[in-house]
Amino acid sequence: MNFGLAVWALTRREFQRFWGERSRVAGFVASPLLFWVVVGSGFGDLEYFFPGALTMTVMFSAMFSMMSLIEDRREGFLLSVLVSPAPRAAIVLGKVGGAALLAWLQGLIVLAGVFFTSLRHDAAALAGVAGALLLTALLLTVASYVVAWRLSSTQGFHAVINLLLVPAWMLSGAIFNPALSFAWVRGLMQVNPLYYSQSLVRAFLVDGGAAGAPSVGVAVAVLVGCTLLAAGAAVRGTK
Amino acid sequence: MVAVESITVNYGERRALDAVSLLAAPGEWHGVLGPNGGGKSTLFRVLATLLRPDAGRFTIAGETDPGKIRPRLGVVFQTQSLDRRLTIVQNMEAQGNLYGLSGPVLAGRIGQLLRQFQLSGREHEPVQQLSGGLARRVEIAKALLHEPAVLLLDEPTTGLDPVARREWLDLLTALRRERELTVLMTTHLLDEAERCDRLTLLHQGRVVTGGTPAELTAEVGGDVVEFGTADPARVAARYPEGNPRTGPDWIRFETPAGARFAAQVTEALPGVIQSITVQKPTLEDVFFRHTGARL
Repeated sequence: MNFGLAVWALTRREFQRFWGERSRVAGFVASPLLFWVVVGSGFGDLEYFFPGALTMTVMFSAMFSMMSLIEDRREGFLLSVLVSPAPRAAIVLGKVGGAALLAWLQGLIVLAGVFFTSLRHDAAALAGVAGALLLTALLLTVASYVVAWRLSSTQGFHAVINLLLVPAWMLSGAIFNPALSFAWVRGLMQVNPLYYSQSLVRAFLVDGGAAGAPSVGVAVAVLVGCTLLAAGAAVRGTK
Repeated sequence: MVAVESITVNYGERRALDAVSLLAAPGEWHGVLGPNGGGKSTLFRVLATLLRPDAGRFTIAGETDPGKIRPRLGVVFQTQSLDRRLTIVQNMEAQGNLYGLSGPVLAGRIGQLLRQFQLSGREHEPVQQLSGGLARRVEIAKALLHEPAVLLLDEPTTGLDPVARREWLDLLTALRRERELTVLMTTHLLDEAERCDRLTLLHQGRVVTGGTPAELTAEVGGDVVEFGTADPARVAARYPEGNPRTGPDWIRFETPAGARFAAQVTEALPGVIQSITVQKPTLEDVFFRHTGARL
């Protein structure tokens, strides 16, 4: 069967659904902006908290898109997708691709806030951040897909998200400077993929990046590697 | 054609299907009748290629490999499989793409099915605005988009009001006259089952009996007489030859001449009988005869 056509059908559907509930955009963009303005102003450092707001936007959107997967699979649209001849890899790619693209676009909306800061906002920096956010969106949607596919209820998904994804975001360098934290926290951060995404965003927005942060090459390699691992699990898990 | 040979499915310790076999000839409308929890839905999941059986095999449209079965199979689920936020056309387009259809071919088929199912003019409405009956029509139109050889339906009229149910069944009847289509449908409803060419009765994961509705009811024969009584044991003791079955406040006989027998019993046991029902046997009686359970 036609692989590309199946991917396109499922990606298109994500956008059609999204367009049907545009209020979602406001919600996903508003809360990271609120976080940024309130926490940033509280600490008197809008620049530091901006990259965290960007990854938060992408994270929320990716999570929300995948939450629908749980209900969809038991009773809903996905049932008829699973009995169709569409290859399993095309199903994963279509669903994840659409959701990642949506998450990425919302991240770009929040990125416009950079013009209100003294962070770098030349074309090269913006292109670099856009690339970093795309990698982050892909990783988070694939990871959420794998988790959502294994769970039978949205409550369970909430629990996993609160226990894994939100702490991972906190430990990414979004709200405190790794260089100033205890050694064990720094150790945890090294094995946290979101730390690499946060470092990558920061590398393009801050001249010279953050002190002691992984290089752009290492960060990209970690993000791509984790995404591919998760994608393999996603295709295997899609039954 | 659908051929099922000795399919067994276990859910942990519980055996959901026990060596189930059935055959639906090309063009046949085959019903799988049984109470809820009897194994119908498990059988449906196996045939829809969603669940691999623990033992046994099945052939759909000449294919045994799930990858080859899927393009030949149309599936209508008991629950809605439309995206409620999408319009009718958007749902149909996505479905068509998943089956490798696109462009003018897909547009042509969508237009034709929408007309046939009287959905024209509403194609750009989101599914969540449709009534239950209308949404079911979209479901079946969607399942026919790729012109399958076999259509699989799971309790297709669940949740529909009586009028919508009748309309839906009439639609299916008309459909079968127009196309060469083998239909396999699970149901626990008698009026649905009576419209089938042949039936397989399923109870507790096993095939109880099978045949055309006429054959099955002829097997019971004569009339079915049910008496409402506070003392079924007394009636049973008096008429053991009728092979009665009893419940807490009823007793039921299969007898060649129902009306005469009813009068006879009422006269012989004055004051014991509170109500009498005499009727020709239905599929319910067939099921009852084989299992002692009701649908």
